[in-house]
Amino acid sequence: MTVRNGLTLHNGEAAPLGDVPVLSVPEFRDGVVLRVRSGAHLAALFGSRSDGGRVRLTAVCARERDGILEILSADPDDAYPALTPDCPSAHWFEREIAEQWSVVPEGHPWLKPIRFQPAYRAGAGGGGPGPMSASLPGVTDFYRIEGEEIHEVAVGPVHAGIIEPGHFRFQCHGENVFHLEIALGYQHRGVERALVGGPSIRTVHLMETLAGDTSIGHATAYGQIVEALSGCRVPARGQALRGIALELERLANHTGDLGALAGDVGFLPTASYCGRLRGDFLNLTALMCGSRFGRGWIRPGGVSWDADAERARELGERLARVLRDVSGAVDLLWRTPSVMARFEETGRVRREVAEDLGLVGPAARACGLTRDVRHDFPAGIYPMAHVPVSTWHSGDVFARAYVRWMEIQRSAEFILDLMRSLPEGPVRVDPGPTAPDRIVASLVEGWRGQICHVAMTDARGRFRAYKVVDPSFYNWMGLAMALRDQPISDFPLCNKSFNLSYCGHDL
Amino acid sequence: MLRVLLERLRQGHRTAGYPAQEPALPDRYRGRPEIRAGACPEPCRACLQVCPTGALSREGSGVRLDVARCLFCGACEAACSGGVVRLTREYRMAARSREGLVLGGGDAQRTAQAVHEQARRLFGRSLKLREVSAGGCNACEADVNVLNTLVFDLGRFGVQFVASPRHADGLLITGPVSANMELALRKSYEAVPAPKIVIAVGACALSGGPFAGHPEVRGGADSVLPVDLYIPGCPPHPYTILDGILRLLGRLPS
Repeated sequence: MTVRNGLTLHNGEAAPLGDVPVLSVPEFRDGVVLRVRSGAHLAALFGSRSDGGRVRLTAVCARERDGILEILSADPDDAYPALTPDCPSAHWFEREIAEQWSVVPEGHPWLKPIRFQPAYRAGAGGGGPGPMSASLPGVTDFYRIEGEEIHEVAVGPVHAGIIEPGHFRFQCHGENVFHLEIALGYQHRGVERALVGGPSIRTVHLMETLAGDTSIGHATAYGQIVEALSGCRVPARGQALRGIALELERLANHTGDLGALAGDVGFLPTASYCGRLRGDFLNLTALMCGSRFGRGWIRPGGVSWDADAERARELGERLARVLRDVSGAVDLLWRTPSVMARFEETGRVRREVAEDLGLVGPAARACGLTRDVRHDFPAGIYPMAHVPVSTWHSGDVFARAYVRWMEIQRSAEFILDLMRSLPEGPVRVDPGPTAPDRIVASLVEGWRGQICHVAMTDARGRFRAYKVVDPSFYNWMGLAMALRDQPISDFPLCNKSFNLSYCGHDL
Repeated sequence: MLRVLLERLRQGHRTAGYPAQEPALPDRYRGRPEIRAGACPEPCRACLQVCPTGALSREGSGVRLDVARCLFCGACEAACSGGVVRLTREYRMAARSREGLVLGGGDAQRTAQAVHEQARRLFGRSLKLREVSAGGCNACEADVNVLNTLVFDLGRFGVQFVASPRHADGLLITGPVSANMELALRKSYEAVPAPKIVIAVGACALSGGPFAGHPEVRGGADSVLPVDLYIPGCPPHPYTILDGILRLLGRLPS
C-alpha cells in the first residue's frame, strides 16, 4: 500500500484549495485509517459540493506529535466503504455525511441520522425507506436488547431541569444499564447551511450562538479562519486579550460544572457556592466587554474592547478574590467522603476507549490523554504563554471533576500572569477581504475541548463550505460508553460530568 | 462537618438586595436601545446596513427599531453619525405585546404595561413555570437558570421552575422553535393545565434571533403559541428576565 501525503498545514494557516490532494477512495480510506492508527486524531471528516453534482469528502487529521494538520480528500460515488469499522472515531462523522449528502458509508455498523435534518443533496443515501428517512429525532428505531427481564427507559426531549432537548434511550436490566443510545437534532437550526456564501454581517453572530456557553471559543475559531484567509496579523495586545477571554469562559463553565456535580450528589454547600461563583466569572467577562457571555468581544482582526489600566486592575483583584472562594468551595468536595464515594469509580471510560472514540477536552484528559489544542496546536497567544496540560488517569466522574479543578487554577494563573505583562499597542486591525479558492482549518481549546472550524472559499473569496465541529460532537459517544454497566440512577451524575452541548452538536 | 460550617461562614451572605436595591450592571453593559425621533437625514441608511437581523427600518424622517429582533451588538450605534440610535444601560425591557417592542415613530416602549391582570390574580404569589428550550444556543437557558442561584433566589418571589408541564402554571420558552422541537413544544403546552401563561425569553424566542429566516426554524414562540410576555436580549440579563416575570405578576411598582 502506498500512502500519499496530504496537504500539511499549521493551525490557522491557509493554503490554495487546489493543493489538497484528491485521492482515490481506497487511498483516502487507507490514508485516514493509517494516520489515525499512527497517533493522529480525526479532527474533521465532512462532505462538500464537488464538480458534477458529486460530493467531496475531506478529512483533517490532527498530528499531535508534530503539531501538523494533514488534509486529504476524495470524490466518492453515492456509496463508499465506511471508515468506521477500522476507525471508530469516524462513526459520528460518517453518519453526518450520510444524512447531509446522501452518500452511503457501506458497512457502517449503526447508520442513522444524527440531526434529522433535510439532506443538502438528493441521492442514494437519503429519502428512501429505512432509518435514514426518519423525520424526527426520537421517532425512529433504537438499539434494543431483547429478554424477559430487560426493560427500556426513554427520557426527553423535554427534561426535568432547565436544559436543552435531547432524547436518551436506555436498555436496562433492573437498575443496570446495558446500553444507552442518544438521539439529538432537536436544536438543529441550519447554521452551517446559512454560513455558505459568507462572511456576512450575520456570520459572527451565528458563530457566537453555535453554543452560547462557548461564544468566545467559537468566535475565536472563526476569527482565526478570517485572519488566515485575509492574511492579517492580530496585534499582540489583541491576542493576549483573546487568551484572557477564552480562559475566563473556561473558568466560569468549569466552576459551574463542579457546582452542578456537587448538586447531583446532594452536596448543597458546594452546589450553592459554585452557582454564585460561576456568575462572578461571567460578570468579569461582562466587566471587560459588557456581555456575560463575551458577545461582541472577539472579532476577526482582534478584539473590539480594550482593557484600560483601571479595568485591568479591577479584573485582577476581583479574579483573585473569586478564585479564593472557588478554592474553599471546591476543597470541600475532595474532603467529604460521601461526595468522593459517589465520584470515584462512577462512569469510567478506559483510556483505550477514549482514544478509539477520539474524545477531546477534560473528558479525554481525565482518561490520561494529554490532548490539548493549547499545547499541541498552539495559536494566538498560546505559543508565547503556556498553560500546562492537566490530566488524571482514572477516567471516572472524579477524574473529570478533578481535571476541571486543576484547569481552573491554571487558567486563573494564566490570566493573572498575562494581566501583569499586557503588551502595548492596538487590539484590532481591519482584516480586509478573504482570499479566493483557499482552505483553512482552525482549532481552539474551548472549555469543553477541541473546537474545529474548516473553511473553503470560492472564486470570489466567499465560503463555499464551512464546517463546524463542536467538542460535543466528538464526546457524546463517550457519555454513552460511560453509562455501560452503571446503575441508571447515576446517569445525571455521568451526564453532568461530561456536560455536553446539544446546540453545539445540532448546529 | 466543622469544615463545612467554617466555609459557610467564610462564603458569607450573597443574595442581592434586589428589588429594594437597583442591580449594579457593568459600565459596558448594552441595554434597551433608544431612538431620537425625526433626526435622520435622507438618504442615510447607515444603521440599517450594519444590523445583522434587519431590526431597523426607515420611517419618515426617523428610524424604527424592533427590539424583539435586536441582538444588542451595538453596530447601529457605532454606525450612526447623528447620535440617533443609542444603547442605554436600562435593563428593564419586557413587554406584553410584540408591538410594544417597536421603538421610534413617536411611540415609547410600553414596558410599564407589562402587568397581566389574570396572572397577577392567579399566580401573583405562586407561579410554577416549565422551561422549554426550543432550538436556541443555551445562553438564555443559562441565564434563566442563574435565577435559581442564591444571588437572585427566585424562590423568595414565589416563582419556581418545575420538572413537569403538568405541575406548571405556564411555559417559559427559549429558542426560535426549531422544526424538530415544534411537536414537543406543542405537547408541553397542551400538558399545562389552563389557565396558563407563556413567557418568551430572548431574541430567538421573540423573532427567530440570529436564525430568523432559516427554513429549519419557526419564527419564535408566538409563531406556534400565544405569548403573554416578551423579554428581549441576546441573551437577556438575568435581571431583565426577573424584572419581566415580576412585572407580569404585578410584583413591582410600575
